Amino acid sequence: MYLLEAQYLYQMLGGMVTTIQLFIVSWVLAFSVALTLVVIRATEWSVARWLVDAYVEYHRNVPLLVHVLFWYFGMPELLPESVRGWLYQHNAEMSLAAIALGLGAAAYIAEDIRSGLRAIPDTQFEAARAMGANYLQGMRYVIIPQALRHAVPALIGRALLLFKNTSVTMAIGVAELTYQAREIENDTYRTFATYGAATAMYLAGAFLIMFIGARIHAYYAISGGRNA
Amino acid sequence: MIKMEKVSKWFGQHQVLNDIDLSLNKGEVVVICGPSGSGKSTLIRTINRLESIQGGRIEVDGEDVYAGHMNVNSLRQKIGFVFQQFNLFPHMTVLDNVMFGLVNIQKRSKKESMERARSLLDRVGLLEKINAYPGALSGGQQQRVAIARALAQQPPVMLFDEPTSALDPEMVGEVLQVMKELAKEGMTMVCVTHEMGFAREVADRVVFMDAGQIQEIADPETFFTSPQHPRAQRFLSDVHIR
Repeated sequence: MYLLEAQYLYQMLGGMVTTIQLFIVSWVLAFSVALTLVVIRATEWSVARWLVDAYVEYHRNVPLLVHVLFWYFGMPELLPESVRGWLYQHNAEMSLAAIALGLGAAAYIAEDIRSGLRAIPDTQFEAARAMGANYLQGMRYVIIPQALRHAVPALIGRALLLFKNTSVTMAIGVAELTYQAREIENDTYRTFATYGAATAMYLAGAFLIMFIGARIHAYYAISGGRNA
Repeated sequence: MIKMEKVSKWFGQHQVLNDIDLSLNKGEVVVICGPSGSGKSTLIRTINRLESIQGGRIEVDGEDVYAGHMNVNSLRQKIGFVFQQFNLFPHMTVLDNVMFGLVNIQKRSKKESMERARSLLDRVGLLEKINAYPGALSGGQQQRVAIARALAQQPPVMLFDEPTSALDPEMVGEVLQVMKELAKEGMTMVCVTHEMGFAREVADRVVFMDAGQIQEIADPETFFTSPQHPRAQRFLSDVHIR
């Protein structure tokens, strides 16, 4: 069984590790950006709302592959020569891929959290404000925690999508799982076995994400329901 | 403690508060009653700026509530507010609900906050529910938690906006009991309520509102035995028939 040959096994596992790293970094980035977008979007300030809407629409309407290519080939042109040189010598494809994936996913995650937000009655915010909480305290302690609980099922779906979409970054040479699978296939011509193994690894990762998501969902479920 | 002078408010063309004058001394309990739509809830919501006003002046504890430099958040920490629908935070335990203002707004230590929250929950008779979530409590219990939560930051003034109107009849008593004890301890209170028995027992004055105006202010004895305003007479006879 050639895949058990140390060389290919390590190559495949190395790809999986890169995929997982890329997924985690871009998820954390996406989640932070999404939360920021939601908090800005919830203000009454129309310019901020317009900017957030523009951000979301841009990312929802540009193909992910184009977005990744743009960040890798296009964006660095705006940087000064020295910074660009440094970047390309320091794993630029990995960090730019994480940024591209993260920013794109943030647009969708922000929309999911915003749907959760709409499920929270205004009186919750009013109750927090009536106690003397300022806008950010009300959002942080009262509104966002409840909105996230409502959004968990949708967020699990987004996490899966983001995990699978990491494969797009092979186009800019990120040595993730799909990239490594293709390398092995080029070496060995064993197409079915190689992509079969990659498929199994993606499935295993996806099941793990679903399992963790279900645990989070159960742990954070609001006891006694919303009738408060 | 609270002073309202010529307070007016409009919703569009409709005037919901019309030249309201009302003052409360420290320790006084005032009950506001009147038919629905008369502006009672709007009135108490202007005191902590949950509603804005277009005319007049409101002072709480000597400070102009609507002054430009007024920090609305520190003002509200001095005014406990109890809602008709309780509005507890469903994702927090009873204890965390009561600790919320102390820990997250006033940034007090967990230990100090927990001691105070426990003693307040003991006072409203819910110490054994400390780790329960609001969704697992009855309406009456939720409202008692909400009162404890409003008391946590030790406000000198408490406002109650129809605190028993959303409750099943058999739970009204337990909430009124807590409010009565509070009144007897000398809390300054403004209560919008239809509970005439409560008004009779603990109010220093009863305010009758109709059509955005205060029609009558009297001590409970006078108000209930010989109301002056015809609208108040009709209101009282309706309430008593019910």
